Amino acid sequence: MSDSNANRADNGKIVKRLLLTVAGMFAFGFALVPLYDVFCEVTGFNGRTNNEAVAVTHTEVDKSRTVTVQFITRNAQGIPWKFEPSIKQVKVHPGEVRVVNFLADNPTRSDMVAQAIPSVAPAEASLYLNKVECFCFNQQPLAAGDNTEMPMQFYLDPEIPDHITTLTLSYTLYDMTANATAETLAQLQTSE
Amino acid sequence: MSTVVDDTHHDEHHDHKPYGITRWLFTTNHKDIGSLYLWFSFIMFFIGGAMAMVIRAELFQPGLQLVEPNFFNQMTTVHGLIMVFGAVMPAFTGLANWMIPMMIGAPDMALPRMNNWSFWILPFGFAVMLSSLFMEGGGPNFGWTFYAPLSTTYSNDSTAFFVFAIHILGISSIMGAINVIVTITNMRAPGMSYMKMPLFVWTWLITAFLLIAVMPVLAGAVTMVLTDKYFGTSFFDAAGGGDPVMFQHIFWFFGHPEVYIMILPSFGIISAIIPAFTRKRLFGYASMVYATASIAILSFLVWAHHMFTTGMPVFAELFFMYCTMLIAVPTGVKIFNWVATMWRGAMTFEAPMLFALAFVILFTIGGFSGLMLAITPVDFQYHDTYFVVAHFHYVLVTGAVFSIMAAAYYWLPKWTGYMYDETLAKLHFWTSLISVNVLFFPMHFAGLAGMPRRIPDYAVQFADVNQIASIGGFAFGLSQLIFLWLVIKCTRGGEKAAAKPWEGAEGLEWTVPSPAPYHTFEKPPKVE
Repeated sequence: MSDSNANRADNGKIVKRLLLTVAGMFAFGFALVPLYDVFCEVTGFNGRTNNEAVAVTHTEVDKSRTVTVQFITRNAQGIPWKFEPSIKQVKVHPGEVRVVNFLADNPTRSDMVAQAIPSVAPAEASLYLNKVECFCFNQQPLAAGDNTEMPMQFYLDPEIPDHITTLTLSYTLYDMTANATAETLAQLQTSE
Repeated sequence: MSTVVDDTHHDEHHDHKPYGITRWLFTTNHKDIGSLYLWFSFIMFFIGGAMAMVIRAELFQPGLQLVEPNFFNQMTTVHGLIMVFGAVMPAFTGLANWMIPMMIGAPDMALPRMNNWSFWILPFGFAVMLSSLFMEGGGPNFGWTFYAPLSTTYSNDSTAFFVFAIHILGISSIMGAINVIVTITNMRAPGMSYMKMPLFVWTWLITAFLLIAVMPVLAGAVTMVLTDKYFGTSFFDAAGGGDPVMFQHIFWFFGHPEVYIMILPSFGIISAIIPAFTRKRLFGYASMVYATASIAILSFLVWAHHMFTTGMPVFAELFFMYCTMLIAVPTGVKIFNWVATMWRGAMTFEAPMLFALAFVILFTIGGFSGLMLAITPVDFQYHDTYFVVAHFHYVLVTGAVFSIMAAAYYWLPKWTGYMYDETLAKLHFWTSLISVNVLFFPMHFAGLAGMPRRIPDYAVQFADVNQIASIGGFAFGLSQLIFLWLVIKCTRGGEKAAAKPWEGAEGLEWTVPSPAPYHTFEKPPKVE
């Protein structure tokens, strides 16, 4: 009998450890979310770019080579805006600061709010694309029937590897009217 | 641990069992629960199989004939979910319940009450999932992999039922796994050291650890889908700063170990059957244990081979490609050991052995198509085509399901006390073997020619291949009715089975009479 009791206690100990492992793995599943973000930021995996402004700290421009930067835009499902870059592609020297305007037009009869999400291909290049200013940092309000020009100012890090000669910056526009921030809505009111 | 004395049943007589429905509802007996699991998985096999018949009927000719595309998608989704979580996994848990205590000389599972729970929540989980098929808008239609945003932005209102069903099935599997681990660690008979355990016990121990590690991650993934869909979070929604590709990473971190959860116990079964009908000891026991463990560890390093086409950096693609190919090494060790066991053995070909032999050959074919899929550059052609469908049906149907059938034939005499009808069994084997190849082999060609998976309609040039596959599918479905008839017949009577009906079989389960008494090994056996 005493053996059997000792055995029970042992069972309890193992069960406790296994349950802790289960809880730990459940937490790990959620921890993968921030881990994935950090991983993408460090490696450029998945083509994400910075979503906060980067100050221009360098002075030198590498005139010896040029990189072609292409722009593409697309609308996510359910947003009827016209949304396109003012120029399809630019040739820049690494280090040179350039501004490209994007045109947005809200043809509907209601005020809307949109958010552009950037992505860079090849993903490796996203580490070297620095945005000084971008409409994609914030939600963009646009009154019914209104249109606007949205600036994006960027430079390529002079460290960009030689084998990258072309990179594509893509923006997908999402309808955020239902989830607009109070700040964005206030902008809509003042513009009217 | 010295001796195991069961003190819970000392007031009961040896074969005294309660009667009626309460026997099954309240049972804590490992054999009863094992039978419940096996019957449940058998029923689920037929429900999931019926859905496969709907799929094959619709695909019999190009165009839309029988079902709406939305319903077709629900069929492919729920067929996958049922076969994975309802048929294969519970069948293995049922076999574990029946056999592990008898194989290690224990009187029962270590946690019998939890055992009762882990079975009885399963029917509820599947009731929740299947009920959603009858709701407005229908059940889950986003594939068993429930990729975001298909399962979030574009899914129908019943998705919450799918999520809760997965939660319940996950809890059931986790409880089952905990029970297996505790039983194997604490309840082995004196003298039964780890390296003396039958391989079925070993493979299940490793499977149980895989379950503990990944089922909680699956629970996390479905929870994120739930909050994304209903509570406005943005785990997988790019507009809110999330990332749909991250869903695939989390899902396959669960999903790849999951596919080994569905095959490792098969390795244990085959390693029991081949020596028994070859009348030789298993070749390379220790290497089998290490190979199983290496496969389990490697399974955590290969998840992204399911997502080569998502645009990963070349370095990552190479890493996952090489890791995947590395798994062929321990798997090759296993195949080699089985073949070496048969070498110069005195082989006979009863039904369990026939299914085991078919397993070795056809699982290897599935393994080879897996290696083809592992090659990143060509995977871009094979991805999401019928080649993938052919691959995973070779490893899961002619792999996992054939091994479960082999196990059923091997241990039916022990469970029922009667020999099954060998003529019927041979008929079942040959019809299944031929029809399963007619069903799945042509799919390789359809896939290589570019036919995508999960579609209700297809280009006309695929018509012949699909017609052949559908005919094979109907024949395979019908063949399983022979198996059902055979099992029912075997439970009702037949030639009395000896304690050890197979001449070359080894293991403690053959030292108790057939049918195995309700309580076995109340006094632990001696193991030399």
